[in-house]
Amino acid sequence: MRKIQFHPCGSYKISYHQDLNIFGTDFGRLWMVIGLVLLFGVVPFISNAYLLYIINNMGIYAIAAVGLNLLIGFTGQISLGHGAFFGVGAYTGAILATKAGVPFFLAVPLAGVISAAVGMLFGIPSARLKHLYLCIATLAGQFIIEYVLVQWEGLTGGAEGIVVPRATLFGLNLGSDRAFFYVTFFCFVLMAWIAVNLIRTRIGRAFIAIRDNDRAAEGMGIPIFPYKLLSFAISSFYAGFAGALYAYYTMSITPEPFNLWLSIEYIAMIIIGGLGSIPGSVFGAVFIVSLNETLSHITEYLMNVGTSTGIAITIAPLREFVYGLAIVLFIIFEPKGLAEVWRIIRSSFRLWPFSY
Amino acid sequence: MEFFLQLLVNGISLGFLYALSALGFVMIFKSSSVLNFAHGELMAIGAFLFLTLSAWADLPIVLAFALTLAGSFTLGFILEKFFLRPLIGEALIQVIMLTLGLALMFRGLLLFIFGGDIHDYPDFLPEALSMKWGAIQIPAVYVAAFIIGILFLILFGFFFKYSSQGIYMRSVADNQPAALSLGVHVRRVFALSWAIAALVCALSGIVLGIINGINVHELSSIGLKVFPVVILGGLDSIGGAILGGVIIGLLETFTGGYISTSLREIIPYIVLIFILMVKPYGLFGLVEIERV
Repeated sequence: MRKIQFHPCGSYKISYHQDLNIFGTDFGRLWMVIGLVLLFGVVPFISNAYLLYIINNMGIYAIAAVGLNLLIGFTGQISLGHGAFFGVGAYTGAILATKAGVPFFLAVPLAGVISAAVGMLFGIPSARLKHLYLCIATLAGQFIIEYVLVQWEGLTGGAEGIVVPRATLFGLNLGSDRAFFYVTFFCFVLMAWIAVNLIRTRIGRAFIAIRDNDRAAEGMGIPIFPYKLLSFAISSFYAGFAGALYAYYTMSITPEPFNLWLSIEYIAMIIIGGLGSIPGSVFGAVFIVSLNETLSHITEYLMNVGTSTGIAITIAPLREFVYGLAIVLFIIFEPKGLAEVWRIIRSSFRLWPFSY
Repeated sequence: MEFFLQLLVNGISLGFLYALSALGFVMIFKSSSVLNFAHGELMAIGAFLFLTLSAWADLPIVLAFALTLAGSFTLGFILEKFFLRPLIGEALIQVIMLTLGLALMFRGLLLFIFGGDIHDYPDFLPEALSMKWGAIQIPAVYVAAFIIGILFLILFGFFFKYSSQGIYMRSVADNQPAALSLGVHVRRVFALSWAIAALVCALSGIVLGIINGINVHELSSIGLKVFPVVILGGLDSIGGAILGGVIIGLLETFTGGYISTSLREIIPYIVLIFILMVKPYGLFGLVEIERV
């Protein structure tokens, strides 16, 4: 039997293998198991339908945010088109389900694959462009995809969109929020597990080398263009996968939600959560979805109050203001994001009586 | 033929409007390498400030104009001091996100105060400015936009080439630590460049407002249209911004006139991607030489 590992009082790692460990101690592993049990065993039974709806949305957004963090946080390629790739996934899932009759469990990964192909296509400019120029090239991708979604009426139904059939898995009906919760979070745990392990492999190390200095990475023999494309593909796969889940969950999609605003929201998620941190992307998704819900509740409340005093419509834009303010304050005061806050809290517990 | 000529004239005028709105953007980029996503909102603030002063407070046009420019100049200072300065040295994406956050704040605030309706300025441009050849006519506003555009091109050209502040700005953009060690007051350069950029934004906001009416949504979408314009010309080239503006303007009007109106909105981006594949730093952008 192995000795139980506690926190060492310094860095005693003597091999790369130890440095690559996901869990430094057995406590970490224990907490994760407790977390998973709580997530799957308790959360769906204590939350009401509305709360479950929000939690499901958080799960879906978190999958896509993890994907975007792989691209921006780990490979350093800024993309303003993530919302569009999410849309491509949603539409692919919907079209596969309605026109080709592909079952749910195949349609979702297939949507991811198609999105990955589209993502690679729009990642091609990264061969020659970087930084701001690449950022604008992906912005162009966002607008072009949006245009195609609206204009290709034969396939996408134009502005009216597509009604997606209810998701079923091996004969089980996934229409209820609770059933869908299990599907979403099973996928989420799987995708997060893949992402965490991906960055420990050769591919992940190549991504990080490209982020830190792509010229130096090239000099060390990493073929940077294939890896950049791969990063675009993986990130769009995550986006498309999440998009297809979203399509099945909302059951009717229009091109409207997949605009530039959604891409900006995704970037806000990973910045608020923490760039280059997988748990950070999850924190960011939780934060942004809760902020959205809270703000829309407050505006709704104020509008109901305001109807008597005549300020009903004017209060709505303030939502945008508060949203922007939250992003700005986060970037100025905690540029490393919620992941850093989490780390500080954790280490202050760990070092408790002797913290410095 | 007449249709063609009219499209040509429209395209060039539209292009000059784009170029004019791109100038403030290039100004910020040239001195601090910040990609300003709040550009359209800065234009809207200038336009609404002018509207408030000229139409609602009933000040004389010249006074209102001067006050607007002074106000925007101050706003630029404040923005730089409180929002951009803490981010010096942070990653590119954080700066981009900050300007996006600022854009949201401004848009929310402007919509809250002025609503989403279209407002109009009172007429004050002299009719004598408008031109007419045969069937083709150019309204006075476009002529004004053209004159302002050329004026700023010359002004900025001289500013960046000969004035000491302009040279400081270029040095800071090129290499911050080197500029610092040579005694350039980097913070002052940043503050000044944001102030000047906000002023130019206000100016272009006013011109756009005269033409299309002042509307928050409209102006912020033009703020996004600035990106293909500046990238096409090269992010740090003022001449490139003007040429890029004209190219995009012509592309839009000709696509709208001959092919389809829905393609019009998207064509600048398609062309942009192809041009960037051939010339990654735009047509006139400074090619960066990278060293490991």
